[in-house]
Amino acid sequence: MNVFLTSIFVIVSVITLVGALGVVMARTVFASGLWLILSFAGVAGLYVLLEAPFLAAAQILIYVGAVAVLILFAVMLTRRVMGDPGVSQNNSQWGAAAVVAALMFIVLSLTSVQNWRPSTESPPLLAVNALGEAFLGPYLLPFEIVSVVLLVALVGAIILARE
Amino acid sequence: MVESVPLGAYLVVAAALFAIGLYGALARRHAIAILMGVELMLNAVNVNLVAFWRYLSPANMSGQVFATFIIALAAAEAAIGLALFIAIYRSRDTVSVEEVNLMKW
Repeated sequence: MNVFLTSIFVIVSVITLVGALGVVMARTVFASGLWLILSFAGVAGLYVLLEAPFLAAAQILIYVGAVAVLILFAVMLTRRVMGDPGVSQNNSQWGAAAVVAALMFIVLSLTSVQNWRPSTESPPLLAVNALGEAFLGPYLLPFEIVSVVLLVALVGAIILARE
Repeated sequence: MVESVPLGAYLVVAAALFAIGLYGALARRHAIAILMGVELMLNAVNVNLVAFWRYLSPANMSGQVFATFIIALAAAEAAIGLALFIAIYRSRDTVSVEEVNLMKW
């Protein structure tokens, strides 16, 4: 039991969840986007704790660097309507939504807390190499399909957003 | 690493993240805020995948492979979604999902 690692885990989890709560509680959509960056960074910290450094770097690059900036740009491009802080950001059924989310959390937590038997193996020493070999070995076809999907989606996004 | 934090702790954090994202997707009026909730849910799923990979089969990279696929597809989804919202904003001058009810029966 390493107290240092445990406290790091608690801190990173609190950062992630506070960021997520900020996303759903913020008064303006722009503030939601800024809280979203905090939450994404916290998830990257969780990846580091789980010994997945490649995913942590990808999380920072793609989510914090690209998706969050994209979202903030979109918020600024569409700000005329709901930009004022006075307008309520929640719809009329937010109470029911909160109940559903709370029940979801309870069910997921109850199923999560059980006697898992962790494997005694450790990850490969060069986990990134093993990941690359997995991509170009057993997962070659899904890998190529994902790249085609990404290409099609980006071309589609350009066509949709064009005047 | 594995001894300091039990697997259940990661799963509970991911469950909380998922529930918060679900609330955001259900309760917000702004279309982009709904997209943010969806992104939170995808991140929660990714945390689950990586935690299961690390604790249950660290020698097999499948968990990280699927997490990477989800990151790529989430990026595609965000790009398409935001392009749609910008197109809707241009033609209807609103991004509130309550006012875009063209296809509501």
